[in-house]
Amino acid sequence: MKRITISPPVAAVLLAIILFILSGLLPNGFGNNLDIARGQALNIIRLSVFLGVIAAGQTLVIISGSEGIDLSVGAVVTLSAIVTYVMVNGQDGHILPALAAAILVGAVIGLVNGIGVAFLQISPLVMTLGMSGVVTGLILVVQHGNVSGAVSPIMTKVIARPLIFGIPGAIIIWIVFAGLMWLLMERTAFGKNLFAIGTNRITARLSGVNVTGMVLATYMLAGALSGLGGFLVLGNTGVVFINIGNPFLFPSIAAVAVGGTLLSGGKGSYFGTMAGALVLTLLTSLLTTMQMPDSVRRMVLGATLLVLISIYGRQHSLRQ
Amino acid sequence: MNIQRWQSFSRRNPYLFSLLLLVIIVFVNLFFQHNIFERETLNSNMRIFLPLIILAAGQAVVILGGGIDISVGSIVSIVNVILATQVGLEGDSQKMYLIMALALLVSMLAGALNGFFVAFMRLQPIITTYATSFLYAGLALFILPNPGGGIPQSFSNFYRDTTPLGLPLAFIFIAIILLAWGLFQKTRYGRYLFAVGGKAEAAYETAVPVSAVQFSTYVIAGLMAGISGIAITMLVASGNAGTGDQLTLSSITAVVIGGTTLSGGIGGVAGAIIGAVILGLVKNIISFANIDTWWQTLVNAAIIVVALAAPGVINLFRRRR
Repeated sequence: MKRITISPPVAAVLLAIILFILSGLLPNGFGNNLDIARGQALNIIRLSVFLGVIAAGQTLVIISGSEGIDLSVGAVVTLSAIVTYVMVNGQDGHILPALAAAILVGAVIGLVNGIGVAFLQISPLVMTLGMSGVVTGLILVVQHGNVSGAVSPIMTKVIARPLIFGIPGAIIIWIVFAGLMWLLMERTAFGKNLFAIGTNRITARLSGVNVTGMVLATYMLAGALSGLGGFLVLGNTGVVFINIGNPFLFPSIAAVAVGGTLLSGGKGSYFGTMAGALVLTLLTSLLTTMQMPDSVRRMVLGATLLVLISIYGRQHSLRQ
Repeated sequence: MNIQRWQSFSRRNPYLFSLLLLVIIVFVNLFFQHNIFERETLNSNMRIFLPLIILAAGQAVVILGGGIDISVGSIVSIVNVILATQVGLEGDSQKMYLIMALALLVSMLAGALNGFFVAFMRLQPIITTYATSFLYAGLALFILPNPGGGIPQSFSNFYRDTTPLGLPLAFIFIAIILLAWGLFQKTRYGRYLFAVGGKAEAAYETAVPVSAVQFSTYVIAGLMAGISGIAITMLVASGNAGTGDQLTLSSITAVVIGGTTLSGGIGGVAGAIIGAVILGLVKNIISFANIDTWWQTLVNAAIIVVALAAPGVINLFRRRR
């Protein structure tokens, strides 16, 4: 019997749609009012953008294999949000330098991660975990817990409010971003090499791939993307706080896994991660609107995640 | 010594570097806290380190088998809230023993659930245990939504004041763990563990019961998390659904500082114990060195990163030569 196979990104998108329709049937859901449904759908997608962008770097690092993972994303998001907040200081003109600084800060931290992983042979999980502690420590030392600054009107306008045809700017940014990610992963030498080192580092090296350089570049890029994520998150919240990035850490990994990217590396796509971010955001907001206590919410989230990864997160069996 | 010999040397002696680090850290600590070897100080330090030591020992077994368990902290929380709510300050010791046994059973069940998904459903360990950590943390919060509860005074007194043969209670625990690990390594099952962690496919082809071994590592980690939960409950004498949150990542760091590789198959439980003690001592040093509060997180993290990087730096220089 031929097994019906359905690719993980498609499955995740279908699941998101089913979840969304179910959410409409809730007592306080949108029922059969299409206008409200459209508004809610756009809002969910807008909220997914932030996790989606932050999880992009995570996708690259995980695809690069050898237990690649980035546990510093939460701290980097916080730091770059703070940097943006302080630099912009309410002035529209300061946006571009602040954006550049946020990305640069992320890239530098990512580069340090890469150096630890590539040259010092520290396993990515503990290296990035350690860096996360260092970055959190830096934030405390420099800011002493209170930050003065402000977002500028144009940031809120572009990121948080409807921009064109009622579509929030964040979604448009995400679409452009996704296009760039697709180009990077599918149409450049970097992308080819990324999948090559993720599948097998030794064969990649023997085929002439500069593995060390690739690892450095991947972690640096992942840091830079988290930096960009921090900038966007700040544009949405409008205020900065010391744990602003932490809630994105593990969901970024979960989004990658739910999107069908192999955590062992070498296989995956950014579209999968986008779908994963959508599912996770939808699930979280669904559980919040159902007004369940925090404890039940966590249990349902955990159980759903288990079911999701059971469907297509399975590794090949030992016999093969 | 050329690099190949150096590598095989450090591979055969995975504890070497962590032991060296431990000696350095102890000396630094001695500088800031002169009475560290006095019985009372030693006991008070060790009883604070013990929960992480036990947890890291369990984590080491899972990591050696090629997995990882990021739900252990949540299992600690479950055990903590079960003890704090079911026994209570007024409970008698009979009841305490009963609930302790029950808590250990629950923690092993939680570990078995992890093991089932990882070993038999063949899900990826990190994401699976992340998902179950939500389940367990939610359960802990369900049992005890607000911090509170307690255990009979006599048990926290016992944990604080027991010094058999003049040694801290923690030393006895460490000795038991090391003894069990030593015996365990000698058994066929112990050999299997290293084979599975080294390369599961190859182990499978040589008729090692890979799934059963993987499954059992999670049950062991669950049990150790349960014991760790009992220890931490006796230490703090109250319940909080967030008790174990901080411990998960520390347990992994302790295992790695102890010379165990995260890819599995190399290292051991003794290293994890050393690693956990090192992490505790670093915190100790920071609080005794009068470091400004704002700097403490940074200094703590920087020392850990340096400790993680040091073996790599040594290898790098050896390769250059």
